[in-house]
Amino acid sequence: MTVALPAGEIAGKLETKFPGCFEEGGKDNLLVKADSLLDVAAFLKDQPDLKFDYLNYVTAVDYYAYFEIVYQLTSLEHNRSIVFRTRAYGRDNPTMPSVTGLWRGADFQEREIFDLFGVAFTGHPNLKRIFLWEGFQGHPLRKDWNG
Amino acid sequence: MITWQDFSTPVGLYKALPPDWPVNYWWHFAFFTVAILVFVIAMVLAAIYIERRGMGRMQSRLGPNRTGPFGLLQPIADAVKVLLKENLVPAMADKPIHWLAPVIAFFPVLLIFAVVPFQNGALLADLSIGILYVVAISSVTTVGVFMAGWGSSNKYSLLGAMRNVAAVVSYEIPLALSVVGVVLIAGSLSLNDIVLGQHIPFILLQPLGFLIFFTAGCAEINRSPFDLMEADSEIVAGFHTEYSGMKFAMFYLVEYAEAIALSAIITTLFLGGWKGWWLPPWLWFIIKTLVVFFVMVWTRTTLPRVRIDQLMALAWKFLFPLALLNLFITAAQVLVWPDGLPWVAVIINIAVMVALVVIWSRFFKVGWGRVNV
Amino acid sequence: MTTTQEMTLRTEPFVVNFGPVHPSTHGVYRMRATLDGEVILDIEPVFGYLHRGIEKLAEERTYTGFIPLTDRLDYLASMSNNLGYCIAVEKLAGIKVPERAEHIRVIMAELQRIASHSIAVGAFVNDCGAYFTPFLYLFREREKVLDLFDMVCGQRLTYNYMRIGGVSQDIPPEFLPALEKYVNHMTPFLNEFEFFLKQNEILLARAKGVGILPNQAAIDCGISGPVARASGVNWDLRKADPYSIYNRFEFDIPTGEAGDCYDRYRVRVEEMKQSLRIIGQAMKNIPDGPVRADVPHIIRAPRGEAYGHIEAPKGELGFYLVSDDSIAPYRCHIRPCSLINLTALREMVRGWKVADLIIIFGSIDITMGEVDR
Repeated sequence: MTVALPAGEIAGKLETKFPGCFEEGGKDNLLVKADSLLDVAAFLKDQPDLKFDYLNYVTAVDYYAYFEIVYQLTSLEHNRSIVFRTRAYGRDNPTMPSVTGLWRGADFQEREIFDLFGVAFTGHPNLKRIFLWEGFQGHPLRKDWNG
Repeated sequence: MITWQDFSTPVGLYKALPPDWPVNYWWHFAFFTVAILVFVIAMVLAAIYIERRGMGRMQSRLGPNRTGPFGLLQPIADAVKVLLKENLVPAMADKPIHWLAPVIAFFPVLLIFAVVPFQNGALLADLSIGILYVVAISSVTTVGVFMAGWGSSNKYSLLGAMRNVAAVVSYEIPLALSVVGVVLIAGSLSLNDIVLGQHIPFILLQPLGFLIFFTAGCAEINRSPFDLMEADSEIVAGFHTEYSGMKFAMFYLVEYAEAIALSAIITTLFLGGWKGWWLPPWLWFIIKTLVVFFVMVWTRTTLPRVRIDQLMALAWKFLFPLALLNLFITAAQVLVWPDGLPWVAVIINIAVMVALVVIWSRFFKVGWGRVNV
Repeated sequence: MTTTQEMTLRTEPFVVNFGPVHPSTHGVYRMRATLDGEVILDIEPVFGYLHRGIEKLAEERTYTGFIPLTDRLDYLASMSNNLGYCIAVEKLAGIKVPERAEHIRVIMAELQRIASHSIAVGAFVNDCGAYFTPFLYLFREREKVLDLFDMVCGQRLTYNYMRIGGVSQDIPPEFLPALEKYVNHMTPFLNEFEFFLKQNEILLARAKGVGILPNQAAIDCGISGPVARASGVNWDLRKADPYSIYNRFEFDIPTGEAGDCYDRYRVRVEEMKQSLRIIGQAMKNIPDGPVRADVPHIIRAPRGEAYGHIEAPKGELGFYLVSDDSIAPYRCHIRPCSLINLTALREMVRGWKVADLIIIFGSIDITMGEVDR
């Protein structure tokens, strides 16, 4: 049975390794700051007793004030899973570092988030629209889309 | 003396046509031209029917069964449909080449039938170089196919045409070599003499030659398992992607006419041509041709397709050495028994074939042959 | 590709478009392949031809009203999509499913796995060139599965059968005897089918060693399902993270070693056999009782989020739901196993030929409805 690790267990380790990586009140649901995202993700992937080598999904939710990018990782070896998230503030040009360097499976999923939400991922090898055609205006999955 | 009564029966009609030069020559020529055209068209219709219905039954489905009883009129419906379609030519296509390609692909197939005997002495021209003529003429079709691929200004077509040229060139050699074995035993290149010389059908005397000829022939005419030239699932339709209407009908006709031509040649070379008892000889010829064609349909339904580099490796590394070995063994046998091979040669040859094929396939598997194209 | 000193034949790569309308790209999928002759240098996939905005539509439908939309995701495995979504909502709202419904759900999901793999294996062998014969044999068997589904819910392709808290209606009394007859018939059929193809040399030549996906690359790219298992990743959600009542059944997880097309094909056939095993166990002792938990039609899930995932025939299908205490989900994200499985396509096809591109693509087994949503 894949054990969904509770946030508290990991939060302590992350706080000691990367102090200040969590947002305000973000320890309970592993809400990471955007600049420390890559460090945290690399730590989760490479640390031998964590070894979260499998990325289940990357998705985004539009909460009006910010876009919350949610990641779920699974460790195939230890059979554990964890969910962590980060926020991209602002609606005009939200950006977020890309995790395609760590997990290649995020490639198409981050393109999808860019296409449908407008969140740009820095460091993505091929960031262009995936489902909608080039030249499409707007981002349909945003809550204020009325196309 | 030819009288009008001679023309009243089909047998009489035929007997009235000895090819004596010069008086009856043109009559013979005209009769056989018409006969070959009718034969080819009729056999192609029968072939289309056998293929579609046979494949359908083998795939546990019905096949055409609505047009006419048992779907017998399906080929005619196909022909009518294809003739009524609009003739689309791509804008960037090379118009003269695009137009000429089906013509050049089709007429060599008709020419092959000029030397195929329907009955003893009943052929358009009893050339003394019979089978050599067949092998030479059948290669002209490739020029037509390549013209089709090039003239269509379509990359799929070009891919298909390139594959076709590569395959045909590779398979000419095993084809020709396997025929030489038959020629050695019969002692003549003329197809009529080859049939007359088959006291024991050559399929028994030359089993390896038959297998090589059948395989190489299927590859030459783009028949499964070697139909990657027009692989439906990869390059849409290969060299005839951009053809529609009457031109497509010509290519469709070419495909089946070539298959019938190959079956006819196999019948003549290996199965004893028109020889048989009780039924008229030309009927035996037709029956044997259709049986060989049915075996081709059978292999098409059963086997997956090979890739281009595997195809060429099969020709060069498997068929070609076996064809050479077959030639040497046959030559040795003809040397030992110059007056015609006895029945014991059948057993020897079948044993040799089994041994060679089994041993050689230990050394060569289709997937290991990687020739960089 | 050879640029030796002696032969300065100038070649340049060209781009061929395997368009959205193609006989062998399963669904409307477009690839722009850069070729050098027949060798593939690079491909660029283009999606979006079937994008219908299902995730956006979820925000306007009730939880139950979204179930028919999930049918149309992977339209060849509708029962699995329904099941995944219902499990996600049940996790979100804390609903417990009655025993009878769990058994029925497992039977439907495994039957659906057999049907979906039938198409996958059939289409794969069809791409190899076996001109529809194994495809039609498997379709004949799939028809029996569709007849069973028809008996239960009246539909053949998009079932809309599962509901949140159970299934929509009980199975009719004639279902279980028909199911038993089907299971008894299918196992010998699968053995016979495998016997035809397992050692076929042409299939081995086309599929063995072709399109290898290394183990580490599979994990890295997030590949799931038979593709990952063929590469040696021993991960099946039915065993690793059991949902429904899978932890009560005994079955094996077939894995491959090489990660080539042949292994993927074998893994799928073996999975079909294991599915029959699970159905056999689930069929016995189905308890009586309600087939649906007592939940209202319009569910108001508590505030929160949940991720429910299942082992769909194509891979890990997951639904990420965010609820804000209203009758419609605030956000519904579908983890598309087909889209994520396509991440590896580019590195799998580099260096192979056009014919292999089609086979490798077919062996991943995607459905565009799920890729594009």
